[in-house]
Amino acid sequence: MKKEDIPQDYGSLSKCTKEVCYAVDDTGKYVTELSTGWEVKATALSVAWKDIEERVAAAKQKVLNNEASPILYFMELRLMDVAIVSAYTGFWKWRISQHLSPEGFRKLPEKKLRKYAEAFNVSVEDLKTMHVHEE
Amino acid sequence: MYMKNEFGHIQAAHCENGVTTNLLRNIGVNKITEPLAFGIGSGLFFVYIPLLKINNGPAIAFRTMPGLIFKRTCASLGIEVIRKKFSSKETAEKFLMERLADGQPVGCQVGVYYLSYFPKEYRFHFNAHNLIVYGKEKDNFLISDPIMEAVTTLTTYELERVRFAKGALAPRGQIYYPKEGKIITDDQIRKAIKSGIKRNVRDMLSIPGNIAGVKGIRYTGKKIKKWRDKLGQQKAGLYLAQLVRMQEEIGTGGGGFRYIYAAFLQEAFAFHPYEEFLEISKVFTKAGDLWRNAAVQAAGIYKGRIGTQQDFNVMGDYLLEISEVEKNAFEALSNIKWHS
Repeated sequence: MKKEDIPQDYGSLSKCTKEVCYAVDDTGKYVTELSTGWEVKATALSVAWKDIEERVAAAKQKVLNNEASPILYFMELRLMDVAIVSAYTGFWKWRISQHLSPEGFRKLPEKKLRKYAEAFNVSVEDLKTMHVHEE
Repeated sequence: MYMKNEFGHIQAAHCENGVTTNLLRNIGVNKITEPLAFGIGSGLFFVYIPLLKINNGPAIAFRTMPGLIFKRTCASLGIEVIRKKFSSKETAEKFLMERLADGQPVGCQVGVYYLSYFPKEYRFHFNAHNLIVYGKEKDNFLISDPIMEAVTTLTTYELERVRFAKGALAPRGQIYYPKEGKIITDDQIRKAIKSGIKRNVRDMLSIPGNIAGVKGIRYTGKKIKKWRDKLGQQKAGLYLAQLVRMQEEIGTGGGGFRYIYAAFLQEAFAFHPYEEFLEISKVFTKAGDLWRNAAVQAAGIYKGRIGTQQDFNVMGDYLLEISEVEKNAFEALSNIKWHS
């Protein structure tokens, strides 16, 4: 890539910093240059976020249909999978899959609900009602 | 509590290269630039692990395992490293505070999900980010994050949260730094460059199996051609978007680290004046350019502008071509007649 071809498109990262790119100058020597972003990768990121939003919406609907517990909703909302939920709560993965069902969730004692609420960074009440106060 | 240590922050493309060069500069090793750290640490790689999913997408990496660049670069230069993980948050903070009181800036492995100064769009559960903590002012730790233009801060709570992020590659409070300053001679750098290149040749050409190195690029190219039928248009687009993010997002310097490696070979020429380095550097530039062209093709697909099987074939063929280009480049490197 030539220095003058470094894209200077909008990227979400440019809210916080420009990033270093490597490219060659007129003499063929490598130099670094700051870039605000590249549309190709900005779109890749927005494609990923669109997918996440769809997953969150689908999870919410499943909970409303009584096909899943709110843990599914918060797991998707917090970009987690069962392995990450397990790492944050200390529960076994097969336990979590039980809690993902509405029946399993209803049987959860307060103490375990608190573990989940903590992992998802919400209150127990909000965990039960799928309420989200965004920070 | 007031501990403000001076720290010369230098921005880098990639976090681990940046932490390595900045920590080395801090102990007086001034000749190690980001490309040299990357090359000496044999940073260039490719792997696609088909059975593993990351964020519901394919697990693809363009660089070596997190942590190896720092480790290898220091080892090659004969610099002793202190590295500690903690099971207790209190011990981890105490250890950090003691180092800062000694005036010792330290590298920290952190998760980015709770990294408050990152934009929300970038905050996934990725636990192998690296930054330097160099001081503390009241409740704020002073942070030099190499991917940022300027230094920043994290509160005690925020730093603890990112140091103890959970999940794959959980940092467990990991801290690392070079034990002490040393005079590094040009001859040591020369040797380090040589061993870094040889190891990278081995990793890219001779790693067993077909999912890593230049064979891995070829394998991925073939897989991509099947993604449309196997995954359906939307999911295939999502997979390609993930490939592009791994290739271009935060800190690859562009073209999946291939440009940084090309820059490394130019810098290596100053220590080993073999004309071949300059020629092979151009081949890596070409590889980087091809990766960028492939990303443009991928973007056409995930934006929904194109999407026939022929478009996926073109995408896959890019990787087959890149595999050949990089194979030739590494073979040329392996044929270098080293005089020192």
